[in-house]
Amino acid sequence: MPDAATLERLVGALKASDAESVIDTVESPGRVAIEVKPESIVGSLEVLRAAGYEFLASVHGVDYYPNEPRLGVDYELLSREACDRVALTLRVSTEDPHLPSVTPAWPCANNQEREAYDMFGLIFDGHPDLRRILMPEDYEGHPQRRDFPIGGEPVLFTHNEHNVPRWFE
Amino acid sequence: MEVIRQKASDAEEFRAQGLRARDMLRGELDDKDLDEFVQERVLTTTLEKASDWARGNSFFPLTFGLACCAIEMMTVAASRLDIARFGYEAFRASPRQADLLVLSGRISIKMAPVIRRIYDQMLEPKYVIAMGACSSSMGVFNNYAIVPADKFMPVDVHVPGCPPRPEALMHGILELRSMVHGDPTLGWRERYAAEGTEEIYPLAPADATGVNVFGAGGTEGTNA
Amino acid sequence: MSTVDPAARELSDYRKMEQSVTISETTEFEGDRELLTLNLGPHHPATHGVLRLLVTLDGEVIRRLQPIFGYLHTGIEKTAEQKSYWKAIPVVERMDYVSYYFNAMAYCGAVEALLEVEIPKRAQYLRVIHLELNRIMSHLVFLGTSALDLGAISVWWYCFRERETLLDLFEMSSGQRMHTRYFQIGGVIEDIPEGWIEQVRKFCAIMPERADIYGDLLNKNEIFLQRQRDVCPLPAEKLRELGVTGPLLRAAGDPWDLRKAMPYSSYEDFDFKIPVGTKGDNYDRFQVRLAEVKESIKIIVQALDNLPDGPTITEDRKIALPPRHELATSMEALIHHFKLVTEGMRVPAGEAYYAIEGARGELGCFVRSDGSSKPARVHMRDPSLVNMQAAPAATEGWLIADMLATVAMFDPIIGGVDR
Repeated sequence: MPDAATLERLVGALKASDAESVIDTVESPGRVAIEVKPESIVGSLEVLRAAGYEFLASVHGVDYYPNEPRLGVDYELLSREACDRVALTLRVSTEDPHLPSVTPAWPCANNQEREAYDMFGLIFDGHPDLRRILMPEDYEGHPQRRDFPIGGEPVLFTHNEHNVPRWFE
Repeated sequence: MEVIRQKASDAEEFRAQGLRARDMLRGELDDKDLDEFVQERVLTTTLEKASDWARGNSFFPLTFGLACCAIEMMTVAASRLDIARFGYEAFRASPRQADLLVLSGRISIKMAPVIRRIYDQMLEPKYVIAMGACSSSMGVFNNYAIVPADKFMPVDVHVPGCPPRPEALMHGILELRSMVHGDPTLGWRERYAAEGTEEIYPLAPADATGVNVFGAGGTEGTNA
Repeated sequence: MSTVDPAARELSDYRKMEQSVTISETTEFEGDRELLTLNLGPHHPATHGVLRLLVTLDGEVIRRLQPIFGYLHTGIEKTAEQKSYWKAIPVVERMDYVSYYFNAMAYCGAVEALLEVEIPKRAQYLRVIHLELNRIMSHLVFLGTSALDLGAISVWWYCFRERETLLDLFEMSSGQRMHTRYFQIGGVIEDIPEGWIEQVRKFCAIMPERADIYGDLLNKNEIFLQRQRDVCPLPAEKLRELGVTGPLLRAAGDPWDLRKAMPYSSYEDFDFKIPVGTKGDNYDRFQVRLAEVKESIKIIVQALDNLPDGPTITEDRKIALPPRHELATSMEALIHHFKLVTEGMRVPAGEAYYAIEGARGELGCFVRSDGSSKPARVHMRDPSLVNMQAAPAATEGWLIADMLATVAMFDPIIGGVDR
């Protein structure tokens, strides 16, 4: 986790490149996340890359239901020089879940953005191949949203096996 | 069928046995000798029983590993717990050549049609063992992505465990073997008129006052 | 009784494509040579799980490789949201099913970071011992199944014999061979039994020699060398770009290891080296893992020598269960036990990302807590999902046989990819 001085420097660099990009910094024990605007994510990542955070470790979606805007994406960055991690987050709403894809600049985000699309419905504009990766391709719904039901089947015991229609019925 | 083991015979006795066998084949043994010979050496059975015995002792499992249970299935075939001593070490990669499908691991909804197609490609007689909790019931994960094997294909033996110990899987395979051999203890409920003695749990009444802290989906034995 | 007539249902294009024989929509040409798209389906003789590969071939040369995942998707992350923090440990453990201690470590580490709880030193050392034993086991499974894929079947028998000894050790310490849920939030679930240390020492005494035996079985095998030497190399820059970490990156010459760079769980107390390859071809990937087995033995022996005394789980009763003898005498212990078992521990709101050096690379766990007793989001950054992005780059232009060897050397565990 970067110390306060480094954090100031990074936020300053982000604001210098795009004055309105930084919305907030979210601090948790051991982790600091800089919230940026969705449109400026590609530029912000480039700023951090220039500051030494060259490895994009993880891109994943989060559903902040019931807080709005609901969907978020986290970009976990690692600086191998400083042995340090920092995160960028952004929030989009479910009505308009579009955000620019970072895959052209960071090819390691390819499969991970597809997974975020599959699980949350986040649409990454500019992704070379945005299809479902984990669910079948014609699946409807985005399973990891908080309002998607957990699903499941009733377990067949001897007391209920005759009440549940079997596969050959 | 009782097997009586006789102590090993020496050379003269062995020669005498050979001569008696030759006489039997020539039709030269008379009644008492013939009876004795038949009792000692000839085994009668039905063709079905014989073919079931052969079939049960020579399963060709399919190399079908899905998840964690696959590692334990590989362990069953490895050197400590060796299923080669039962004759089942010939894992075949092609479903056309295999007759035992061990569903080792969780079956996702994307994989289920693939498994069904593989099962359909296997030739009769074929057997299925649902290994582990995930393929028998839903296992640890009762959610949208998993389907139990009973929902889309017939299963002969369910082996519980997560993952089942290799010994447990071996026990399951041997249970299957005794099923194939026509184990007389199977189907005992019909024979002893014990139908209806299965354990039946009443459904939770709708006005129950207990509250389940974890509102998990479909795990309380409901019928919905 | 509801029956659906399959013929009456309109199949989507995806289903029609899955059921048809042609995989590609159009016939592709390269110059005047027709390219064939072949499906190495989810069920295949190679033992790397349900990985589906669409290879576009020009003769036997691969022009394009497209891995398709999802055949083992279990919704682990969503299931973990339904369970309390304690009960999510077995769920998360079943993700990467060969290196289960690593999954539990990443998850527990993330939750412990949110709770800001300190892990006792003995628990940290026990965790390190179990993690390194698991790393050896994972590399043994890798070696065995990869050699099996390449036809060197004897190596499989030997590796699994060693694996049985390791599983005996796990069974002795926790009662279960796989998915042991030995790591808990705050430490480990219980102390090791008497005699375990001697058994581990016995194992560590024989293992380096056994690792040499496996090396000897393969290193002088001309067929193995022809299939591995200079086959499918990838330079370290390309791997870093694609997000690859772990033994694959180290085989290409980049000595990045989270155990040394950002030590966690007392790894800084141990003296070990990082094996690094030179060319980044398949042979280096194999050698790096074999050398890592020996380094893991060194770590385990050092940890056993310096194993400190003390508690094996944190003393904070709001996080860890009190010992059972206290339940008879202390009312607070009873209440803590009750709250922990029924509701679970409450974790302050926040987000944590905890990354460890798994057997395949950087295994990270992101946990978001909203202050209640169940996690609001658990995401495991699995190394195999990201490492497989490098598979097309590594295999394009090589033969199918090379591709099989390379996918074996990449060591993907589809449970981790699909979660």
